[in-house]
Amino acid sequence: MEAIKADLATVINSPDRYKLLRRKIVLLMALVTLLPLLSLAAINYYEHQNSMSAEIQAPLRSLVGKAKHSFELFLAERTSTISFIASAYSFDELSNDANLQRIFQVMRREFTGFVDLGLIDTAGNQVSYAGPYDLKDRNYTSQDWFHQVQFKGTYISDVFLGFRKFPHVVIAVRHTTESGQSWILRATLDTMHFDRIISAMGLEPGSDAFLVSRNGILQTESRRYGKVLDLLPFDLPPTNFESNVQSIRDPDQNDIYIASAFIADSDFALVAVKLKPTAFSTWYTVRLDLLVIFVTGVIFIFMAVYRLTSVLINRLQESDEQRLGAIHQMEHSQKLSSIGRLAAGVAHEINNPLAIINEKAGLMRDIMGLRPDFPEKEKFSKQIESILRSVDRCRGITHRMLGFAKRMDVKIEVLDVNAVLEETLGFLEREAQYRNVELRRELSKNLPNIATDHGQIQQVFLNILNNALAAVPDGGRIVLSSWNVDDHYVAISIEDNGCGMSEETAKNMFEPFFTTKKEKGTGLGMSITYGIVKRLGGEIKVESKLNEGTTMTILLPKHPVEG
Amino acid sequence: MDMNTWNILLVDDEVDFIVTLAERLELRGVNARVVHDGEAALKAVADNVPQVIVLDVMMPGMKGIEVLQKVKSEHPKVEVILLTGQGKTRDGIEGMRHGAFAYLTKPLDLEELIRTIDEAIRLPEGTPHA
Repeated sequence: MEAIKADLATVINSPDRYKLLRRKIVLLMALVTLLPLLSLAAINYYEHQNSMSAEIQAPLRSLVGKAKHSFELFLAERTSTISFIASAYSFDELSNDANLQRIFQVMRREFTGFVDLGLIDTAGNQVSYAGPYDLKDRNYTSQDWFHQVQFKGTYISDVFLGFRKFPHVVIAVRHTTESGQSWILRATLDTMHFDRIISAMGLEPGSDAFLVSRNGILQTESRRYGKVLDLLPFDLPPTNFESNVQSIRDPDQNDIYIASAFIADSDFALVAVKLKPTAFSTWYTVRLDLLVIFVTGVIFIFMAVYRLTSVLINRLQESDEQRLGAIHQMEHSQKLSSIGRLAAGVAHEINNPLAIINEKAGLMRDIMGLRPDFPEKEKFSKQIESILRSVDRCRGITHRMLGFAKRMDVKIEVLDVNAVLEETLGFLEREAQYRNVELRRELSKNLPNIATDHGQIQQVFLNILNNALAAVPDGGRIVLSSWNVDDHYVAISIEDNGCGMSEETAKNMFEPFFTTKKEKGTGLGMSITYGIVKRLGGEIKVESKLNEGTTMTILLPKHPVEG
Repeated sequence: MDMNTWNILLVDDEVDFIVTLAERLELRGVNARVVHDGEAALKAVADNVPQVIVLDVMMPGMKGIEVLQKVKSEHPKVEVILLTGQGKTRDGIEGMRHGAFAYLTKPLDLEELIRTIDEAIRLPEGTPHA
């Protein structure tokens, strides 16, 4: 039991242990609950983001795909028209300006976008021309496009600004007859139709679409990145003929989705740009909601876990303390009961010889009483009386010992506690006077009478007052107070300004055989006092400071307790 | 109080005690026979039935209560005063239940004993006592 008590005492006396335990439980519980929540939220977050991103990318990709087809169709139509004209007419027919003018007029009527038409021979000379500019007899051998068309058969130029400062594109087609004669038909297109196709894409505000050449020159105007023939301010991501979406950051530090595809038979790529924040605006709202729910959840879980742990730890601490209290009490009562048995045995053994002494002395007195002439009768009488008085004292001692053993028979009567206190003070008044100790009374005048045991209460007061008197120096002070506590209790306190006790002493003062009086004390006084007060259903408390004094407070029930 | 005519039997194994007690009673004119155990007590009762028996509860051999029961069953009119040790109130109360007249604790007060014997002898026959 000592080991258990020691363990419990260490546990209870180290609040850090409970703090540590509390922290551990809170952490563990939080971990167990929050970890799955956290991973779930994270997975949800990334999955949602991925699917959102896929959902945004798909329409962008298909939009670019469709527009690319429009461009390809437009260019292919124009190219085939020119190719058809080049093969349908002979060189001679085309070299006639009037013919060429007529063909050009028909072409303009049927197809939009043509600006002019010219015939060029293999030597690079402009043979005939229909259009707004005076380009007749011009030689193109030094120009790059001339060599390319000779080599590839068809050629579509990058956009350039014509004389009228409108962006233009040149389409050239080489035709070779069966006899080996060849010529080149060259037409200029304005790029208004390009803009029309792009605006037909139906872009959202903040989005952008444009054509760009392989070397990064803008072929149509961009809302974000410049005018026609400006250099695109960033490198085009890797692009092929299939529409492809990538996520990059542009020079203005905007996160963008960029979809691009090369247009067949040309040097252009069609590019569409969508800002991520606009694309993700719904996602951001959802994400905020998610975050709010998650944070609220975490706070809620933490609070719940903390509350739960607090309740748990408090219960644990309470039960530990109760257990320690129970062990203390058990130990105390065990000590008391073994002392009790010892005392009872001693008392019984002493009673018989005491009875003999009593009778023998009594007989001596009887005999002397019958013999008036007994020598030195008076002296013997005195001795006998002394013996009989001693027997009486012994009887009192054994009676008290037995009383302690049996915890005495309680005789309940209604009495005035103040009167009992006064009566008890009477026993000590002489010593107090002799030592000049002040016995100050601060007794409540309207203290109700209580039902309790007169003798035992007196013993309690006597024990405490004796201790107080022993503690105070000559000229010291003892203050006795009594007051009405509530419907159930009255209180009596005995306060002295004596030597006081250390914490250790105060803790042990109710233990049997604990004494500070060396040989003078039995170490039973306060233990008995404690036992009596408890038995009467009361409480006893001690407050003490070394070298300052001690206050003992006794609570007594107004009515006797059951059992 | 006509103590000369009393017929008293004292029973206690504590010889010094009971002999001295008998002597003190004799000085007061009471003739008391003395025995030191239960068997002797029963024999003494059979020889000559006393008015009052002063009987120690704690004796080796036959216990006081047993002697009390036997005496009471044969001679219900004989009154028995029990002597108990201090703190042995329960023995006394048990004795009263078995028909003892009273119980006194040791060490004895002689005057109280004489008073109690007198009361027992003067008890009108058939009066129930506590």
